Amino acid sequence: MEQIEKTFETRELTINIGPQHPATHGVLRLVLTLDGETVIKCTPHVGYLHRGIEKLGENRTYFSALPLTDRLDYISSMNNNVGYVNAVEKLFGIEVPERAKFIRTMAAEMGRISSHIIWLGTHVLDIGATTPFLYAFRERERILDLFEALCGARLTVSYPRVGGVRNDISQEFLDELYAFVLEFPDRMDDYETLVTENRIWKKRTVGIGVISAEEAVNWGLTGGMLRGSGVNYDVRKHTPYDAYDRVEFDIPLGKNGDCYDRYLVRMGELRQANRIIKQCIEKLPLGPVMADAPKFTLPPKDMVLKDMEHLIHQFILITKGPVVPEGEIYSATEVPKGELGFYLVSDGSGKPYRMRVRAPSFVHASVLPKLCEGGLVADVIANIGSIDIVLGECDR
Amino acid sequence: MLMDTAVNLVEVEKGTMILPPNIIITSMDRLINWGRSSSLWPMTFGLACCAIEMMTTGSSHYDLDRMGIIFRGSPRQADFMIVAGTVTKKMSGIVRRVYDQMPEPRYVVAMGSCACSGGIFNTYSTVQGCDSFLPVDVYIPGCPPRPEALLEGIIKLQKKIKGEHFRWSRWR
Repeated sequence: MEQIEKTFETRELTINIGPQHPATHGVLRLVLTLDGETVIKCTPHVGYLHRGIEKLGENRTYFSALPLTDRLDYISSMNNNVGYVNAVEKLFGIEVPERAKFIRTMAAEMGRISSHIIWLGTHVLDIGATTPFLYAFRERERILDLFEALCGARLTVSYPRVGGVRNDISQEFLDELYAFVLEFPDRMDDYETLVTENRIWKKRTVGIGVISAEEAVNWGLTGGMLRGSGVNYDVRKHTPYDAYDRVEFDIPLGKNGDCYDRYLVRMGELRQANRIIKQCIEKLPLGPVMADAPKFTLPPKDMVLKDMEHLIHQFILITKGPVVPEGEIYSATEVPKGELGFYLVSDGSGKPYRMRVRAPSFVHASVLPKLCEGGLVADVIANIGSIDIVLGECDR
Repeated sequence: MLMDTAVNLVEVEKGTMILPPNIIITSMDRLINWGRSSSLWPMTFGLACCAIEMMTTGSSHYDLDRMGIIFRGSPRQADFMIVAGTVTKKMSGIVRRVYDQMPEPRYVVAMGSCACSGGIFNTYSTVQGCDSFLPVDVYIPGCPPRPEALLEGIIKLQKKIKGEHFRWSRWR
């Protein structure tokens, strides 16, 4: 045996994955150093989708920076919008009407379902199962149709506004959504039948990309990544925003911190999101959907066209922006990927002096070497799918 | 025995005649272009938001497969490239390299405002339209374009291919 070992000279091999690769979920680039099939070193390279969103946000008024947040995490635009308007409202110090809060919670959970569904489809597709991908997109199409009925856009919604939401929802929309909510648990059962106990799936994910609870906290992981390791932290429960303190939901937790547990956590979150939407529809209060704060919210359009005072108001808010107290705030919301934070610094003008986005995808991309090193090349793909990153948010 | 075949020729469309029961008379151009346009294989090249709509177009609801369109992971097997999303300056060299790796004849579809003109991202890091370094055949506006818009863009590309002469026999 010793002689054989001497005759084979092995050397390390460096290979490049991405930025154009179907399994890197966008434009992530990885440089892997391999010893045979084992990954010795993994270096993620980011920045291929750096579009300067933070800088653009500083050159726009607080209202007109909202469409930029659509393009951060473009799979769940609604959640990013909600995160941004929550931060701006905290800075302005305005209170949102109850009805708007419930609508936002409902819309955000719809965004969570659409995001997790796309995660499920692509993650499972990367590992080799085609069927759940096609099933998942069928349900996603229904959610997108509902978004379209809600605000006219499928993907980049820009539906929430500073001080409320853009328009009130119709009864037809609610009926349609309720029908979806009643049907969705059955669909979830379909996915679980296909994937959860699948032998190949379990072989590819159980014990892969393990991260302990302590390490997960130290790396700054949030969302499904953190809860997959068994840490009970969810922004929706610990610092509730919108109507999350008015609805009941559980936080699914994993145990081992591997790809399989993260999968189970996200599947649990899908069911909980469905439960939250159902409660929101049932508890939806009546009332206005925009806050009564003329200094900080745009006047209604029909009044702008009729009334001089509203027109002047609109003109000033659009061109100069609102007069904001000086100061800085950090506001975090739970988006499907994890904790999305907006740090806004105001210098008293209508535009933020600094807009910083704490993107969960960036943090999760940084943990990739920890998950991949020591594993096989094939497991790198499982890990990329499991950390569920979106490069638009990562690179901003 | 001699047959008067000219009488039985039926012109089904301009330049294509059928001699019943199953002889078709047409030009090589038409025949090969028909074949090329019926199995367009795009590069899977998702850059940003538009890639999600591209995936939606390719999946169950809109189903690109019925048009003979199958996404390929390698530029060597691709006929055209859908530039789906914002092209940054860091990414532009890679987009160009992938395009150069594709075999002739090749086409480019610029999907979305960002790929067409830079869209809302008029910043230091974004390329203002991918036509600054790629020959774009079809532009699809929208932020992001609906799947129907992408389908129409692809149909437009098919029309373009059907009208070409000798493109299939020429390289470089």
